[in-house]
Amino acid sequence: MVEFLQHVINTFILGSTYALLGIGLTLIFGIMRVVNFAHGELYAFGAYCVYFVCVLLGLNFFLSLFVALLAGCVVGALIEVTLLRPMRNADIDTTMLIMIGAMIVMQNGEQYIWGGVAKSVNTPFPETPLVVGPFSVSWLRLFVFFAALVLIAASYFLINRTKLGKAMRATFQDRDTASLMGINIQAIYMWTFAIGSSLAAAAGALLGPVYVISPQMGNIASLKAFAIVILGGLGSIGGATIGGFLLAFAEEIGAGYISSGYRDAMGFLIIIAILLFKPTGLFARAERIG
Amino acid sequence: MKFESRLLTTVAAALLSAGLASQASAQTIKIGVNEPLTGPFAASGTYVVNGAKIAADEINSKGGLLGKKVELVIEDNKSNSTEAAAVAEKLITADKVPVIMGAWGSSLTLAVMPKLLEYKVPMVVETSSSGKITTSGNPYIFRISPPSAVEAAAFKNILPKLHMKKVDFLVINNDWGRGAAEDFGKVLKGEGVGVGLVETMDQAAQDMSAQLSKIKATDSDTIMVTTAVEQLTLVLKQAASLGIKKKIVTTGGSQNPDQLIDQAGAAASGTYHLAFFTPWYPDQTPNPAAAKYFLDEWKKRGYPFAGTTESFRGYDGIRTIAVAIEKAGKADPEAITKALWQTELVGLNGKIKFQKQGPDGKESGQSMPNVYLIEIKDGKVILPKL
Repeated sequence: MVEFLQHVINTFILGSTYALLGIGLTLIFGIMRVVNFAHGELYAFGAYCVYFVCVLLGLNFFLSLFVALLAGCVVGALIEVTLLRPMRNADIDTTMLIMIGAMIVMQNGEQYIWGGVAKSVNTPFPETPLVVGPFSVSWLRLFVFFAALVLIAASYFLINRTKLGKAMRATFQDRDTASLMGINIQAIYMWTFAIGSSLAAAAGALLGPVYVISPQMGNIASLKAFAIVILGGLGSIGGATIGGFLLAFAEEIGAGYISSGYRDAMGFLIIIAILLFKPTGLFARAERIG
Repeated sequence: MKFESRLLTTVAAALLSAGLASQASAQTIKIGVNEPLTGPFAASGTYVVNGAKIAADEINSKGGLLGKKVELVIEDNKSNSTEAAAVAEKLITADKVPVIMGAWGSSLTLAVMPKLLEYKVPMVVETSSSGKITTSGNPYIFRISPPSAVEAAAFKNILPKLHMKKVDFLVINNDWGRGAAEDFGKVLKGEGVGVGLVETMDQAAQDMSAQLSKIKATDSDTIMVTTAVEQLTLVLKQAASLGIKKKIVTTGGSQNPDQLIDQAGAAASGTYHLAFFTPWYPDQTPNPAAAKYFLDEWKKRGYPFAGTTESFRGYDGIRTIAVAIEKAGKADPEAITKALWQTELVGLNGKIKFQKQGPDGKESGQSMPNVYLIEIKDGKVILPKL
């Protein structure tokens, strides 16, 4: 029982960052119909931002998180304006190829600038964990958990309670009608991509110090983000959040009770199972075509 | 007409480049280096290459080999088996190297081995420790690193002092990790130490909390971990954050203890590591003069001291190859393969001399290096008095 509860604690902490990754991707995927293969690279970008600000410049750790969030936003907007905007009416395959190209360029760029050897970041949190009875959790991970929750709540608020969010939702439902109602579609697309990228960068910035930072860290993050989005259904923030926790839970329990060698396979097994019964994902929104 | 002239140009260019290539190879002796410079083993592979460069520069500063300069042809195998085989093929067919050093990981080396058989080119294996490498009947393999079985046998003598009763394993999920769990498991059982869980982790995995939570709940008193420094750092940090109080012993010699101290901090304190070179105490190494030269040179080049427990492999590997080339008298794969059997030198980790291992008639070479147990205590590396 103690072991199980420890697995549950691990699940919540891991799941919160998975959710962040998933929300960023589902926004871009759902609203823009762009399969963003560079999502994992924005995650790595966020982690390197923290390394740069915190280790190389020697500035405050918390400040570096904000820098990563903002830098992710700016880079996202730049990618949208330079790479995606000219291809607005191209089909989904074309933009997919463009994003694969962007991924390769970003990953090799990271390797060129930072080298292939992993970096680590020391945080102001104490190394001794918080121990409650038989359970223990590191302060850093606890902080990551709450920071992720704040970001998830903020994006939920942004989408459901602000004017920008309303415009984004309208665009998701029907781009042409939204445009006729006076919504600036170009601006909405830019903001969507910027916010999605910023969330990926934030996830990287939070997880980078927990793990190590390397140019390849984006690969596995991308893979998981796609799994979460498929699990939760396209364009659904709630779905991506629950999808994130579900994937983390499947991995924890799979590794804890079945076989650690197949840890990453567990999540994907669940996805196959869910897709068999609900091909649009757990929480897919009703879609309108046309 | 147009087609013919283009054809002529192509032929001329091909002849010219072939001529240039043979001219270049006539001036230098090439040694192929097949190491992971990116991916999960990037840190270790880069250190090995830097050690190899020190050896090559040392040889060249003393006049080179057979009157020619040594040239290292370094390729990145990306910590990926498919790439490792492709890189070996490229080194052999395009660069025409007569001998290779590589490929760091056991799975990487195993992937390269069929290429060695195909082209009959020898490879000095500097790091890999899976038993399979020298027992599968590949006569072009010459290994200077200890296989897990040798490491485990050396560990047997240390074992009584560690007072272990029951052990869980947490190993990287590849030939190296699974081989280590098997070989150490045998020795432990033979000595009456219980073996509990054998948990694995994917080589790219960053979160081992699930495996460690499972191990935390068992009645074992020790965790034996086999993986490279990046993942090991995460294992130590995550074990500490889960409040695991068990003794941690690591194997494989790729722990870079100073990097652990730097990156895992207090989480590394009190952990034991099987190492193959002890740069903290150069006077106690088998070849103090060479060790001091190597450490000085390493420092001069501004590399982190933490890398020396890994980079010595590259230094020893290239020096072994150099002695074999001198002995062969020519840079030819067959002659070097023969000469490697007669090669004898004192490396940074003891005497290097190849013994036969594997099926009769197609034995691989295996040198028997030293194994040391070190302890990290309060940010320092000590040799525990055993």
